[in-house]
Amino acid sequence: MKVAVCVSHVPDTATKVKIGQDEKHIDPAGVVFIINPYDEFAVEEALKTKEKFGGEVVAISVGNDNSKETLRKALAMGVDKGILLKTDKSLDSVGIAKALAEELKNQQFDIVFMGKQSVDYDDSIVGQLTSEFLGYSCISNAVYLNIEGQKVIAEREIEGGKEVVESELPVVITTQKGLNEPRYASLKGIMASKKKEILEKPIVETTNHTEVVKMRKPAAKQPGRIIGTDVSAVPELVKLLHEEAKVI
Amino acid sequence: MHKFSGVDYYNIDSLLSEDELMIRDTVRDFVSAEIIPVIEKHNREGSFPIQVISKMGELGLFGTTLPQKYNCAELNNVSYGLVLQELERGDSGIRSFVSVQSSLVMYPIFTFGSEEQKDFWLPRLATGEKIGCFGLTEPDFGSNPGGMITKAQKVDGGYLLNGAKMWITNGTIANLAVVWAKLDGVVKGFLVEKGFKGFTAPEMKGKLSLRASVTSELIFDNVFIPDKNLLPKTTGLKNALMCLNQARFGIAWGVVGAMMACYDSALNYSKSRIQFSKPIAAYQMTQEKLVFMLTEITKAQLLNYQMGRLKDKGILKHTQVSMAKRNNCEKALEIAHIAREILGANGIIDEYPVMRHAANLEAVKTYEGTHEMHTLIIGEDITGFAAFD
Repeated sequence: MKVAVCVSHVPDTATKVKIGQDEKHIDPAGVVFIINPYDEFAVEEALKTKEKFGGEVVAISVGNDNSKETLRKALAMGVDKGILLKTDKSLDSVGIAKALAEELKNQQFDIVFMGKQSVDYDDSIVGQLTSEFLGYSCISNAVYLNIEGQKVIAEREIEGGKEVVESELPVVITTQKGLNEPRYASLKGIMASKKKEILEKPIVETTNHTEVVKMRKPAAKQPGRIIGTDVSAVPELVKLLHEEAKVI
Repeated sequence: MHKFSGVDYYNIDSLLSEDELMIRDTVRDFVSAEIIPVIEKHNREGSFPIQVISKMGELGLFGTTLPQKYNCAELNNVSYGLVLQELERGDSGIRSFVSVQSSLVMYPIFTFGSEEQKDFWLPRLATGEKIGCFGLTEPDFGSNPGGMITKAQKVDGGYLLNGAKMWITNGTIANLAVVWAKLDGVVKGFLVEKGFKGFTAPEMKGKLSLRASVTSELIFDNVFIPDKNLLPKTTGLKNALMCLNQARFGIAWGVVGAMMACYDSALNYSKSRIQFSKPIAAYQMTQEKLVFMLTEITKAQLLNYQMGRLKDKGILKHTQVSMAKRNNCEKALEIAHIAREILGANGIIDEYPVMRHAANLEAVKTYEGTHEMHTLIIGEDITGFAAFD
């Protein structure tokens, strides 16, 4: 089985992000970057698939040299080799999917895993676009997976429940929390990852279909207000919740 | 919840390699996910979190500096130190478990053991399938281990072991004890296996420190030890002291983790705790306390860093290890006490980690060479006069 896993290098969700001077990018100073958490489920599933069927797992990332850190994390978890599709440009989701598809197409993967979204720009569309460019089937938001022969049975998380779907290889699968428990990179894995190859390639030239015009932070939260400290405040509280906050 | 992201005022991270940082961060994440959420419960109950042993084994935290052929990660000593630092941010008991398994059990088997002993025990100890303990200290011989009364006597096919050891981390849960005993007046190491007739390891109760760690007595009543269980390359007490030197190196690193946990807790608390009209962090006395803590952490980090690099070059002196162990344990305990003061009444409850660390550090300051003994070891080194026999 030839398995690819696409990984994205994103700011840690615990980091307080500041918007840069140009108002179009975040200010990277002091920001800790990590592997996209949803991609960790993808790496784990790719490794489990290899453990079951044999074969090879290749991690692919689109980005600049900093993305090597995330590729290295995937290698330390057990992925066999890494490919960096190198660019210093900010690509939109179509550009990223095109770059990924171009590389994936050349290598004839059976399954491509990636997180259901990356927690930086939250477009939640790269998996679906990639499958379209490749002509592969696509299963998004997978929380359960069973592969037998050419057949793939998956459970998808949908509003208020789950949907069981069936598809055939080759397929792009986007991974959701609940699919598995990602393994830690073991200390031996970290040491072994140094000897694994990260291949750097230029990306195919694409033009963005969308342009970031401006970034802004949400409005600051209004301070709270104390109506009273005992039961006598309840009627006023109910009135305000009804009339002002309009929640009851 | 606030995510712990380390304490690094002097950009010491820039001195560490990519591997060292990756290893440190992996163990940091492991501690946040697997240790911190369960540790207060175990501390209250006085139990070791047994379930983390196999997870630590999978991660490769046991015998990290030993060769890969024994299923170990073969890391350098700075990495080993960073692993222990992160573990002790969780709890000194967890770090103690790993210190004992690595420095006091796997290290002597690797250094003084036969090929058969190494091939059998090291891979099993590396995964955590087998747990080890180290028996040197006796009820009446702590700082003076050379006075030990535990004895081995040569008999047909092996040795008969008699005596008792005390304050033994992991004793009751161990499958294997590395025990030091006198054979014809010379201290030798023996591998005593759980289940050997006459060997018992009752747990010591009533500890107010290292509560999430098992501490035991080891009792040997005519225990027959087969010839193959003697550590063949042991030739005297100095071999046991070599093990302690490994462990002390790890303690010096470990307590910086406890310091960081206390500082982090106190800093965050002081910024959100409002008394009179402002956060207590805005008062000069609190700021002085925080600055003292951060300065001592930074100094301890730099001591450890240089100590680790010297060890990796193979030129570290045991007296230098004594200095780091002595200083860092003392400062860690001071920092824990100051953090408790900043937290006020909240400092004494286990919603916060500082009182647990403070209690743990009382033991850590004493074990593996008391503060006083390390003072005398360095004192002898610089003056040429031994103040002890």
